[in-house]
Amino acid sequence: MAEDILAPLAGKIIKIHVAPGATVEEDDEVLIIEAMKMETPIFAPCDGTIKALKLKEGDEVEEDDLIAVIE
Amino acid sequence: MVDLFSMLFKTTGLFHLTPGMIVMWMIGLTLIYLAVSKGYEPLLLLPIGFGILLVNLPLAGLMEPNEGLVWRFYHYGIQWEVIPPLIFLGLGALTDFGPLIANPRLIFLGAGAQAGVYFTFFIAHAMGFDLREAATIGIIGGADGPTTIFLATKLAPQLLGSCAVAAYSYMALVPIIQPPIMRMMTTEAERKIRMKKGRKVKKREKLFFPLVSMFIIILLVPASAPLISMFMLGNLFRESGVVERLNHVAQNDLLNIVTLFLGLPVGATMHADSFLQPKVIFIFVLGLVAFSISTMTGILLAKLMNLFSKSKINPLLGAAGVSAVPMAARVAHKMGQEADKKNYLLMYAMGPNVAGVIGTVIAAGIFLTMLS
Repeated sequence: MAEDILAPLAGKIIKIHVAPGATVEEDDEVLIIEAMKMETPIFAPCDGTIKALKLKEGDEVEEDDLIAVIE
Repeated sequence: MVDLFSMLFKTTGLFHLTPGMIVMWMIGLTLIYLAVSKGYEPLLLLPIGFGILLVNLPLAGLMEPNEGLVWRFYHYGIQWEVIPPLIFLGLGALTDFGPLIANPRLIFLGAGAQAGVYFTFFIAHAMGFDLREAATIGIIGGADGPTTIFLATKLAPQLLGSCAVAAYSYMALVPIIQPPIMRMMTTEAERKIRMKKGRKVKKREKLFFPLVSMFIIILLVPASAPLISMFMLGNLFRESGVVERLNHVAQNDLLNIVTLFLGLPVGATMHADSFLQPKVIFIFVLGLVAFSISTMTGILLAKLMNLFSKSKINPLLGAAGVSAVPMAARVAHKMGQEADKKNYLLMYAMGPNVAGVIGTVIAAGIFLTMLS
């Protein structure tokens, strides 16, 4: 079962903690989005392996943009 | 020879120094310290602190009417009502009304959080402040600097300095003042409420929003026109997409320039003789009361709306109805994430937050209409 990590808010990705292939557990911090001059950590929605990273550090995201897929 | 030296001494400021002035130096230096080392609203508290120092240097005459340099900034910038509206022009260009349009019922939270303003107005009046002073003190509860300055200039210029400092201090202290109140007023389960995704807002809606609100608000509360007109013009620059240069200059260069000319004269209104009075302490206390009540009523209103609505609102968003943008929204977001890591409230909180700005301006407009 694959689950997508969508951007919960618009902003700029300033840090991605994981690489494709990394295993994550639910509630692990996966990346940080900066919005309104505040860093918002984004947490993994489920256990699994990072299958694909669609965006990289420095990218601007809109709400609901696909950032990564966890499998 | 001795006479000559004593005459020379009498021409220096040192001879005319009063203890009150030295107390004001301490206050000014404290504000500068807080700005520099704690980062409390440095863009304003730093020049305000410096302005306090300047006006309490005897014989310098910088605030001498018609002559002093800082007096000219004060007169042509603030008394002429130029700077606060220009700040609103920049804020309008910076403001994204998207979250508000996507979730229009959150407007009520921005209105609910103005209750502290009116409540404090009545308390201050009961405590012996006259109506105009009471209104100026109440508006501190909106936690909106330029609006406070705008209203103080028109209703109670003698309170301008202290009310502005109170408003900006409480804005800086939002992350300290609000969380205990929010924790007290909400349950863990309420803080965990996740907001239902808002719909996507179309470009055209964002374009019409400043126009429509300008019409509605100014027709209803004409006295709010100076601030609302500039706020909505700035926002129209932003959303129209055809005047990128004006949009950019309004939210960057112009905003910086007027900010530069705002703090210094505001600080310079705080001369020892007018500032060091017992009522200044009351102003700070009442300002804090106003601000705390606004936080509470915002939360209570959100809870009240939840009683009648199927899709629940996270009551933390109510606290974001005070207009300290974006600090209050950030606080709501952080508290939400504390309760549930995957609860991202920031963008939802921006809705009541920008509604709070409009709410405070309208409150100021209503005071102006009634009292001037």
